[in-house]
Amino acid sequence: MSDATLDALYQEVILDHNRRPRNFHPMPAASCSADGKNPSCGDQLTIWVRVDGDRVAELSFQGIGCAISKASASLLTEAVKGKTRTEALALYETMHRVFTGLETDTAVLKGLGPLRALSGVSKFPMRVKCASLAWHAFKAALDGAGTVSTESGAPTPVS
Amino acid sequence: MSTGPLAPRADFPLLAASPDLVYLDSAATTQKPAVVLEAIRRYYTEANANPHRGAYALAAAATAAYETARHRVARFLGVADPDTLLFTRGSTEAMNLIATAWGRAQVGPGDNLVVTRMEHHANFVPWQQLALATGAEFRIAELGPAGTIDLEHLASLIDARTKVVAFGHVSNALGTIHPVTEIVRIARERSAGGAPLGPGLPPGALLVCDGAQAVPHLRCAVDALGVDAYAFSGHKIGGPMGIGGLVMRRGILEAMPPYQFGGDMIEWVEDRTSTWNVLPHKFEAGTPNVEGAVGLAAACDYVERLGLDAIRAHEVALTAEAMAALGAIGGVTLFGTPDATTRSGVVSFAIEGVHPHDVATTLDVAGVCVRAGHHCAQPLMRVMGVPATVRASFWVYSTSDDVARLAQAVRETQARFA
Repeated sequence: MSDATLDALYQEVILDHNRRPRNFHPMPAASCSADGKNPSCGDQLTIWVRVDGDRVAELSFQGIGCAISKASASLLTEAVKGKTRTEALALYETMHRVFTGLETDTAVLKGLGPLRALSGVSKFPMRVKCASLAWHAFKAALDGAGTVSTESGAPTPVS
Repeated sequence: MSTGPLAPRADFPLLAASPDLVYLDSAATTQKPAVVLEAIRRYYTEANANPHRGAYALAAAATAAYETARHRVARFLGVADPDTLLFTRGSTEAMNLIATAWGRAQVGPGDNLVVTRMEHHANFVPWQQLALATGAEFRIAELGPAGTIDLEHLASLIDARTKVVAFGHVSNALGTIHPVTEIVRIARERSAGGAPLGPGLPPGALLVCDGAQAVPHLRCAVDALGVDAYAFSGHKIGGPMGIGGLVMRRGILEAMPPYQFGGDMIEWVEDRTSTWNVLPHKFEAGTPNVEGAVGLAAACDYVERLGLDAIRAHEVALTAEAMAALGAIGGVTLFGTPDATTRSGVVSFAIEGVHPHDVATTLDVAGVCVRAGHHCAQPLMRVMGVPATVRASFWVYSTSDDVARLAQAVRETQARFA
């Protein structure tokens, strides 16, 4: 493992979202929310979602976690905003493939925009859960599940 | 000031194969000396059979290997009666054994169980669950200053209805060496109004000590500690994973119902009833972990050759160096007692503004293995007000160079996240 791999993990986009997380606040008017927990490292966050018809109108989050889990949540709140429910769930599936290194289609990766910064995590199997925590929580919120753990529930693809 | 390795790196095949690796997670598990691996290989090539069964010479050799290992480990621990040393998978199974076999028979509503805030989950959750299952009250002794247990608070929690006082010998999260003799004195005195633990045994609470983090670093002299039960794990002292033990007073073990049922632990099986084998077999159901016992005995030999006093001096020197090196870096917070002579080879710390998991990843890329997380001590982390810490821990192969590489990697981590 080299410094270059580390640079790919902690890209400037990630460090920036870690330092200044976007949409980092509770949302009293949310349509749904879910708590995400990563028992192996103690990370926990809450995601709030406001749904307007078929669209995800607004997202926010709060919680404690490492740079990867915080930045992933922050990036999620920006990337998913405005998407239809179907588009958002498709992105959830894509991001799992990205985190585990299964997504190799360059067109797909380029289309991810800032989210692509999270692809560096695929070289760090121990950190995949950190990146996916917010996404599990987001899906749980849409599904009305309320709470989700990286040790159960949502699928964790085997790399 | 420079501290070289107490044991040559060449003694440890994994370390010898990776000359640049800085392994600072020995409190989680130690690397294994070649003599331990060789003892396991020799057992399988020369003496492998199912012990305590079979009339042939090979089975007798396997039995001898297993029981000789028990004697060896007992001697290492300062336990005079080897039959009171039960082999278990490790400390965790030892605690579950007591909580299940002794606890379910002895604890009921109106009783209470006392633990400390500092405990590893292995010495916390079994008692918490025993309390929930029996209707007993679960009490937690809080922290005193600088990574200690508040002994006054501990004393105030113990009374004639206290059935168990469970405490660590050495904290895995902070490295604090607890005053076991003092805790034993307090617990005996406060619980003296209770029923005797057995014929000829003291009255009051069962005193259970978790020695997982003490056995690799201190001369433990278990019999002399005055506790009723002492648990440890072999893999933290150079032995293989999956072997450890529980030392318990003979009178308590003889009166206690079995933990698991099956082969080896029975004396006679009738259609509707059974009777139990003598100690220690009564508590070792099924084919035992002979390779584990043999490997652990070899680890005890190895550690004793190095000398526990030398190991202790080596670790105090490195711990002091690490605390000085990390303490000199702005933005680094050290947890626990500031005096290296009152802790084992453990340094727990945090870097301001950088989550411990990010620290562990950046250190890993620099070739430095440390543990980041709650260290299986979530109740402790909660009152410390941190989600996790970074923990560097030493053993016989650790050196000043390792400490320097750690400090350098911490500075690089700060620069990356600045």
